[in-house]
Amino acid sequence: MKTLVIVDHSNNKLEKSTLNTVKAGTQLENVDLLVLSDNCKDICNELIHIKNINNIFINENDVFKNQLAEDSANFIAENFKDYTNILFSNTSNGKNIAPRLAGLLDTMIIPDVIEIVDKQTFKRPIYAGNAIATCKSKNKINIITIRSTAFEEAEMSDENIGEIKEIGSLTSNNLTKYLNSELTKSERPELTSADIVVSGGRGLGSAENFQVLEKLADKLGAAMGASRAAVDAGYVPNDWQVGQTGKIVAPNLYIAVGISGAIQHLAGMKDSKVIVGINKDEEAPIFSISDYGLADDLFKAVPEMESKLN
Amino acid sequence: MKILVPVKRVVDYNVKVRVKKDETDVELDNVKMSMNPFDEIAVEEALRLKEKGVASEIIAISLGLSEVQETIRNALAMGADSGIFVNCTSKLEPLSVAKILTSICNKIKPDLVIMGKQAIDDDMNATGQMLSAMLNWGQATFASKLEIQDKKIKVSREIDGGIENIEVNLPAIVTTDLRLNEPRYASLPNIMKAKRKPIDEIKVEDLNIDIEPRLEILKVEEPKSREAGIMVKSVDEMIEKLKNEAKVI
Ligand SMILES: Cc1cc2nc3c(=O)[nH]c(=O)nc-3n(C[C@H](O)[C@H](O)[C@H](O)COP(=O)(O)OP(=O)(O)OC[C@H]3O[C@@H](n4cnc5c(N)ncnc54)[C@H](O)[C@@H]3O)c2cc1C
Repeated sequence: MKTLVIVDHSNNKLEKSTLNTVKAGTQLENVDLLVLSDNCKDICNELIHIKNINNIFINENDVFKNQLAEDSANFIAENFKDYTNILFSNTSNGKNIAPRLAGLLDTMIIPDVIEIVDKQTFKRPIYAGNAIATCKSKNKINIITIRSTAFEEAEMSDENIGEIKEIGSLTSNNLTKYLNSELTKSERPELTSADIVVSGGRGLGSAENFQVLEKLADKLGAAMGASRAAVDAGYVPNDWQVGQTGKIVAPNLYIAVGISGAIQHLAGMKDSKVIVGINKDEEAPIFSISDYGLADDLFKAVPEMESKLN
Repeated sequence: MKILVPVKRVVDYNVKVRVKKDETDVELDNVKMSMNPFDEIAVEEALRLKEKGVASEIIAISLGLSEVQETIRNALAMGADSGIFVNCTSKLEPLSVAKILTSICNKIKPDLVIMGKQAIDDDMNATGQMLSAMLNWGQATFASKLEIQDKKIKVSREIDGGIENIEVNLPAIVTTDLRLNEPRYASLPNIMKAKRKPIDEIKVEDLNIDIEPRLEILKVEEPKSREAGIMVKSVDEMIEKLKNEAKVI
């Protein structure tokens, strides 16, 4: 039995969720890593410190620069068919590539796993997290995506312990071409791995008003999140959306401001350690899952909170 | 240009889903069912391409028990031209759905398949990508904008860091994200008109496809519930609690 973890990265920077996926992998058996990139160096410099893994396979190729699903899935299918488990992080890359790979290998993907019960049994949320399904796999190869908030990070060593090996070769697909990206620039911590998240909803009313929240976030060293309504209205970029169909977060502290608390939003944040709700409507559903609720006008409460924190 | 739009009948997004007492599934009796919201977005996008004169024909397809014909009728009422109903009584996983759709695509040869990025019941986010793999077509998942140019489609994708723009050769698979469009409501005259639009029925047995599920559901349970919290009266009290009780700031 062999387990392969696909290393997720963007612009040749390691995605932190990879470490959670490796941790999940070590609950299976014999973990190898695979990096597909046009430049693996910086990523590998981090990976060599991960404990409890066997090999770090790399394929350095311009083809993998933008991680198109067609190229990545073909490469993995050709070179790693003999593995029992192939794990991805449940990021936009993982969600894009893993099911395509499963389609190529005629296996049913097991997405968004939150618990590994045994080597063939996995738990995953369904219906926006309102139910948890335990699935027993009859697949020959399990292709799994891991919800990073449900697993710890892999342990790291100070020493360089991993061994790097070049593997495989591939020619580019001619189905899809990468053009460019418009990435959201931010000095703040990354949303899915931040300790504190400050999220705003439709109650903010405009893009300008979000600055009220951003000041609070910066005081707390927090990442910014949002509800779907705030993204749809164009107040904030799409990659801030938290929820069933956005990002899943579980920080130590989640502060929901001007967010009503629809089930689709709760699905993305209800595993946070401490939840704070600030909403002027004392009946708002967000209060039913808040550890601390404050029924007040956000335009009064948030600046006051910001000024009183030091 | 011919567009195929798969549509799924799911529990309406407003329903608070409950787990059955025997923990075999969620409660589905007497629950409001609707078209998966992402599939509505897919139908809408196909209609807009037709209105722009880019597409000429839109076919909606659904798989399952006879009730799924209602969902096809919804798509027809929105403006799709015809429907395909794949009659199937057993439970279908995305892998099986992708296989069935592959077989249909090989028959009717659409130039484009637009479908939801995920169904809000099983939250799998898989069928589109699997279908692209099986057909060996390009895929553009999580689309928030698209434009057809000759034999190619330009798509803006919602990714973790922002937006990515790609170009995919046709035929291709596009999966929709929330920002692609706002679906229209079907008007009464269009609902009436939809009743006369044709729906082709295919029996899944006739396709000769292995649809045996690969995942056996052992149990469906409630998630862990959170302990009830408290309401604070002031910002000062909030800060005090976060500092001294929760110790998170
Ligand atoms: C297929 C599908 C997928 C979805 N996926 C997601 C998802 O991933 N994430 C997500 O968040 N949603 C998602 N939704 C949308 C979800 O159902 C809700 O519509 C959305 O979360 C509502 O956002 P909101 O709470 O910001 O807005 P609203 O529900 O409009 O709430 C605004 C809140 O602000 C409060 N407010 C207003 N003014 C003030 C003020 N001055 N001070 C204090 N409070 C104020 C109001 O009392 C209200 O409670 C999805 C929906 C569908 C159909």
